[in-house]
Amino acid sequence: MLNFTMPKKLRAVATMARELGESLFRPISRKYDRAEHSYPVELDMLRAMIAGMDDGGQGVGAGGIARKPGEAARDGAQDEEAPAVRNGRNMASVLNVEALSWGDLGLLLTIPGQGLGNAALAAVATPEQRARFKGKWAAMAITEPEAGSDSAAIRTTARRDGDSWVLNGEKIFVTCGERADLIVVWATLDRDRGRAAIKSFVVEQGTPGFRVARLEHKLGIRASDTATLVFEDCRIPRENILGSEEIDVRKGFGGVMQTFDNTRPVVAAMALGVSRAALELARELLAREGVRADYTRGRWDASALEGELYRLEAELEASRLLTLKAAWMADNGRPNSREASMAKAKAGRTATEIALRCVELCGSLGYSERRLLEKWARDAKILDIFEGTQQIQLLIIARSLLHKSSRELR
Amino acid sequence: MSRSPLGALFRALNKISESELAERYGVRELTQQVVYWGTRAGARVTAEAGARARSRFRDLKGRVEELTGAETLTRAEGGGGLFDLTLTEEQSMMRETLLRFAREALRPRAHEADAGGVDEEEEKEFLARVAELGLNLIGVPEGLGGAGEQRSPVSTVLMAEDLAQGDMGLALAALAPCGFINLLSEFGSQLQRRRYLPPLCGEAFVPVSVALAEPRARFDPRFLETRARPEGGGYRLEGVKCMVPLATRAEAYVVFAQLAGQGPRAFLVDAQSPQLERRAERHMGLGAAELGRLELRGVTVGPDALLGAPDGAGYEHERAVDLARLGACALAVGTCQAALDYVIQYCNDRVAFGEPISHKQAVAFTIADIAVELEGMRLMTYQAASHAERGRPFHREAFLAWTQCAEKSMQIGSHGVQLLGGHGYTTEHPVERWYRQLRAIPMLEGALVV
Repeated sequence: MLNFTMPKKLRAVATMARELGESLFRPISRKYDRAEHSYPVELDMLRAMIAGMDDGGQGVGAGGIARKPGEAARDGAQDEEAPAVRNGRNMASVLNVEALSWGDLGLLLTIPGQGLGNAALAAVATPEQRARFKGKWAAMAITEPEAGSDSAAIRTTARRDGDSWVLNGEKIFVTCGERADLIVVWATLDRDRGRAAIKSFVVEQGTPGFRVARLEHKLGIRASDTATLVFEDCRIPRENILGSEEIDVRKGFGGVMQTFDNTRPVVAAMALGVSRAALELARELLAREGVRADYTRGRWDASALEGELYRLEAELEASRLLTLKAAWMADNGRPNSREASMAKAKAGRTATEIALRCVELCGSLGYSERRLLEKWARDAKILDIFEGTQQIQLLIIARSLLHKSSRELR
Repeated sequence: MSRSPLGALFRALNKISESELAERYGVRELTQQVVYWGTRAGARVTAEAGARARSRFRDLKGRVEELTGAETLTRAEGGGGLFDLTLTEEQSMMRETLLRFAREALRPRAHEADAGGVDEEEEKEFLARVAELGLNLIGVPEGLGGAGEQRSPVSTVLMAEDLAQGDMGLALAALAPCGFINLLSEFGSQLQRRRYLPPLCGEAFVPVSVALAEPRARFDPRFLETRARPEGGGYRLEGVKCMVPLATRAEAYVVFAQLAGQGPRAFLVDAQSPQLERRAERHMGLGAAELGRLELRGVTVGPDALLGAPDGAGYEHERAVDLARLGACALAVGTCQAALDYVIQYCNDRVAFGEPISHKQAVAFTIADIAVELEGMRLMTYQAASHAERGRPFHREAFLAWTQCAEKSMQIGSHGVQLLGGHGYTTEHPVERWYRQLRAIPMLEGALVV
């Protein structure tokens, strides 16, 4: 039965995350926007705290989302006759990440132990690997200078040599690439065999043959490091491959790409947080100028400013519900590939629109560094790019709607 | 599995739908079967057609008793529970039935109906089929002849969405009585409900409607120019209403008017009133809804015509307007879904430059955008309706849903025509009709109260 209220448990999660964002992130937000490339030491105390929350089943941060197909629907039963509904980890992650991103997106992205690599490990690691890498912070290295959205075109290679894999290649735009303990690296076993030959490997920081070549200077999310990594005959243990060694053409790329169904709603949640931050502050600043936005005037009687606030809030609400839907589907074991992309596409573009517009609505206050509006407008843009650009999301959605293969609709 | 009569009705209907019977006899017989099964489920009373003199709505003065439990709808309790996007079993079954009806009974006659080219006999036959479907029963409790148990804005939203997939104009005509019923369920007295609801659950289609909009550029439902003032123990109404569905056909209306010293209120007005002039009016779209004007030239009504107490207790104008805006949202969602389905099919079939045009990103991305915005509209509409159903505050949610649906549905209407190019501009395809219909969403507040 349709119900759009959050259960108490999830409301508590969101409230706590918002308090964290307010008391921990906001005060140092500007500091690390300016001090790009310096590690926010204030986050160290978060690490232990989050580990505790994770054990309690509440995912936090970019890597907190995971699908556990076999998990019993304990907390789901609404009544005896209806099929059990779950509000689980994916929804908790979305609410968490939204609230923390409301605090600061750059800082959220560099919370220790919460990298995208952790999401991959949570999704596909064996119990042995899980034990071995427990408590480690894992980044994800996919993009290369010559392969961005077209991740099937990567050139980094992994060659078997006895009990080792030997990695060669270059990765760029690796979030937390310098700070993480582990890097999950996408590499191909055989460049002639296409997507099915692409596997992911765990490389530990400090492994010979692996180095951080440079850190990017970016438009926004400057608190988060974005690294170029180089692998030159980098030798790792054979048991560091994630998933099977076999090249299974039938299974192909799907397994690797499935991670995105779980992570895209989380990125959408980041977009919700940034959007909400900007809209809240813009409302507050405009209220001081007498702009009321209390949903009483008909749209045609509202001032242009008030009407614009309603329009932006409606866009945010649409994004929020699409994101919750994608996470709810993941929690309930429903295939959500299309919905995850819809959430990401809508929330990503909406965040950019809202943040940029709010700068404009607040005039010089919006553009000045005395406030965070201009920072959010810079931060927001990444949300329409990483974890699949707007265009890639639209491709995925369109292929699904039109029943087209990636060969037909390119 | 629920044991409500309505559930039984739809379960039974579903069985029939799957059977060969439905194949052999088509929709008309299908709906007749609904009536049969509805009767068996105890969900129907016989029509009171024979009992009416001037109006089929009998004067019950002096016969007011407390409504029994069976004569009132229950209200869902507050929030609680888990976030959930699944429909109930009954809602899913109803959806299946109505989508079929939309496809087989609405879409084929949409073009003609829109252009006003349907003769009166055909129109009556269509409305009779609508009545056989029993849409009104859901909003009327068993004790008054219906099959409803709980007051459910969500149910009306779903019905509007599904029927609008066939045609928005016809859906509006078919559902106008539901809007009337819902207003009575929200704010009506025992007497008003006893008087008006049972005749709406009979076998014939009884046209009744709701009149909120007024013909001026800056219309705001909070400040009405239609005036009501107390006179002779009752009220006297002056003003002009527009965009009223089934305007010249309806036998009774809920008319919103500014009550002197109070603010906007709702009045029951019977069509027989000699001071009431009714005029059909043609619009950019929605011809099938038979929109028109009501001119109230000193219409006098009794004290029983006012919804809620004279002092305003029991009536909430904001709630009425919000529920009405959600009706427009639901019609938008259904119509946009029809457009999405249509352009997917068309763009996959249409070949240019040696391949289907859906292989071009400019086309494919537009279609993806339609799907994204439509899903947002749908979830926002469901959210507001669900909050309303659970007795939670929903004004903000309804306002935002309406804002979003007004803007996005117009864009989707435009995309629909664009994707078909020159073909979309002709009346050979329905996209030009949806383009015209979807422009009406922000103006339709008041036409369908969920």
